[in-house]
Amino acid sequence: MSKKLRIATTSLAGCFGCHMSFLDIDERLLALLDLVEFDRSPITDIKHCGPCDIGIIEGGICNAENVHVLYEFRKNCKILIAIGSCAITGGLPAQRNHLDLGSCLTEVYLTEPGLAHGHIPNDPELPLPLDKVHPLHEVVKIDYFIPGCPPSGDAIWKFLTDLIAGKTPELGHGLIKYD
Amino acid sequence: MTTTDDLPAFLDALLARHGNNPTNLLQILCETQDRQGCIPPPAINHLSQRLGIPRARIEGVAGFYSFLHLRPNGEYRVLFSDNITDRMLGSQILMEKMCQQLWLQPGKVSEDGLVSINTTSCTGMCDQGPAMLVNGRAITRLTHQRVQEIGSLIRNNTPLAGWPADFFLVEDNIRRSGPLLDNTSAPGDILRAVLFSSAVRPELVEGLHGSPFDTSGGSPRTEIAKDIVEAVKHSSLRGRGGAGFPTGQKWEACRNAPGSKHYVVCNADEGEPGTFKDRVLLNCQADLVFEGMTLCALAVGAQHGYLYLRGEYRYLLEPLRAILQRRRDNNMLGKNILGQAGFDFDIAIHTGAGAYICGEESALIESLEGKRGVPRSRPPFPVTHGYMQQPTAVDNVETFCSAALAIQMGAENFRAIGTQKSSGSKLISVSGDCPRPGIYEYPFGVSVREVLQDCGAVNTRAVQISGPSGMCIPKREFDRKLGFEDLPTAGAFMVFDDSRDLFEVARNFVHFFAHESCGFCTPCRVGTSMLKQTMDKIAAGHGTRHDLNEIENLDKVLQTSSHCGLGRTACNPVLHTLKHFRPAYENRLKSLDFEPAFDLDGALARARQMTGRDDAGAHLKPEET
Repeated sequence: MSKKLRIATTSLAGCFGCHMSFLDIDERLLALLDLVEFDRSPITDIKHCGPCDIGIIEGGICNAENVHVLYEFRKNCKILIAIGSCAITGGLPAQRNHLDLGSCLTEVYLTEPGLAHGHIPNDPELPLPLDKVHPLHEVVKIDYFIPGCPPSGDAIWKFLTDLIAGKTPELGHGLIKYD
Repeated sequence: MTTTDDLPAFLDALLARHGNNPTNLLQILCETQDRQGCIPPPAINHLSQRLGIPRARIEGVAGFYSFLHLRPNGEYRVLFSDNITDRMLGSQILMEKMCQQLWLQPGKVSEDGLVSINTTSCTGMCDQGPAMLVNGRAITRLTHQRVQEIGSLIRNNTPLAGWPADFFLVEDNIRRSGPLLDNTSAPGDILRAVLFSSAVRPELVEGLHGSPFDTSGGSPRTEIAKDIVEAVKHSSLRGRGGAGFPTGQKWEACRNAPGSKHYVVCNADEGEPGTFKDRVLLNCQADLVFEGMTLCALAVGAQHGYLYLRGEYRYLLEPLRAILQRRRDNNMLGKNILGQAGFDFDIAIHTGAGAYICGEESALIESLEGKRGVPRSRPPFPVTHGYMQQPTAVDNVETFCSAALAIQMGAENFRAIGTQKSSGSKLISVSGDCPRPGIYEYPFGVSVREVLQDCGAVNTRAVQISGPSGMCIPKREFDRKLGFEDLPTAGAFMVFDDSRDLFEVARNFVHFFAHESCGFCTPCRVGTSMLKQTMDKIAAGHGTRHDLNEIENLDKVLQTSSHCGLGRTACNPVLHTLKHFRPAYENRLKSLDFEPAFDLDGALARARQMTGRDDAGAHLKPEET
């Protein structure tokens, strides 16, 4: 048996729905574990990504931290995959793109009642939001895209097994869904 | 201009004139806007009730055409023609100046509702640009002084009728003429020749008088109709609108197609940027156009014809209608044409409203039927299922002229002009970097170099043949010849000299396609926008080699999956300039493998401003990879 492939996954400006869908491969997860091992991922709780073969990212880019994580993945992963609508187009979070970021922050922290005590949080610990939400491929080179919101477990399984087998992944009829 | 009190009465009169027929919806909307400045909600309600069609359909149609507005868009609606040739003549700075003068932002209506300023696709005045449209009227040869005068006229609320007449002067600029432009036949001559003196078949003339108009049997007129088709076929005339389909074959197919009615449609939606020959023909050879249409009607057995005039040429509408009326008065249109019982044919003019896609024949037919100009799935082709699903012969303005000419001079003589596969002459619309822009008529087979010499162009870097969807020809290929064998063309010939940046030319064309995509099919709607974004990314200095590859991938998607030719050709300007002028692109690329599509640190600026932060964590360095 050749060396196991190393996979990292993360969710940026996403809802973890794609990760949940990933878990929908169910018992095939065990078969997958015969072929791969996990680096940084919600599955392992490893905080930073090391050298990997495959990186899978759900969610778009909405703040500075997303950019750092994306760069970390791009630096370490031979193949980088954008999974789901948000990673590919910006998705739901990108609905704020037609609003000015300043008025969003004002509305949330200054105008509406809440917990912010009348100021916009400015702790250096907090990542700053970008003025627009961007898809991943606008920030780094992305090698593959798995469309869907979320893509089904079957689609993810087919895609990964193709990739691991060294084939160009192909999602046939029924595996590509856009909603 | 914006009276509303007698709106219902106006609309009812308008509807009555259009037979309360939803097929004329686009014309009804155009005329409503002519009077009201926009199509206000009460008008939509009224039309919806009277025509018995849903509001959504009316708004859908109005929303499709860029010259129609559902909201007030200023009493004066100024649109600067944004073709690359207008830009080369300084249109952008003129527009900026005018915006400053009137305290306006492009695309916004002034607060007092007086004026709006925006850009529009090529208005077909490339030889006398920069040009603009004010409330649909073309104004040419803009200068700083002229634009300032226009600004003052608008500020003083002077009605368009009171503006200096020379503003609206559109010149023909005929620089070289040939058999077509030199044609001096009197109106009706060719028609008479066909019907009576019969160069076609003298023995038929006798039996012709009083015979019923019958396309099914072997009556004399049927024979003459067949002879017209044969003559056009024999002349090897091919369509002049760009696609080059054999005209005789089209007429024959239309004639043979079963249908309750047959139609003749003249495509005068000359939207391809850089093309303006049809405007000149409609101005100086309109009778020949109508003569060609009438001959076609005789050939295919049509009683109704339409001329679809692009909205930008609205100023030609009244003169053309007057010519139609004169032809009716002289019995060259209407009932029993030239005394031939049963030979009935009349022509109506429909205007477009700023949609390039309506130059595609099936989209044009949709538009004629009062719908959004979305191209149909073909086949079936218009020759069998065209206007109102009936057999329809759709031909370009120049094609009708050439057909009439071929019949007049005889197929053999016509074929003697030009080359073996490209018979006859071709009007070339020359614009760009040359001292003598205008219309040049050449026999097919003329080389690019000859045209350049004739128009006085020097230091030419490239020529864009047949508009953005055509080909970009670099200097080393100037010996190539115009014609269906080598460089097919609808007539546009835009000259770029050594001072021009071919990347910016291609970017202008790509923006054009993204704006004009009808939105019906996803590959084109999304693909043309992605192409635009990629070109803008490269222009902004964020481009990489990867982006050039992406353009080639996009091209494959657009080529293979677009619904119509717009999407299939949208990548051409980029691919051709990439092929011949790659350094124009590479000079702009960052030498990295990948670059973000936007300024990462700049994207945090608003958040920094709102939070008052400026620490290290509040900045992003792109070289972090």
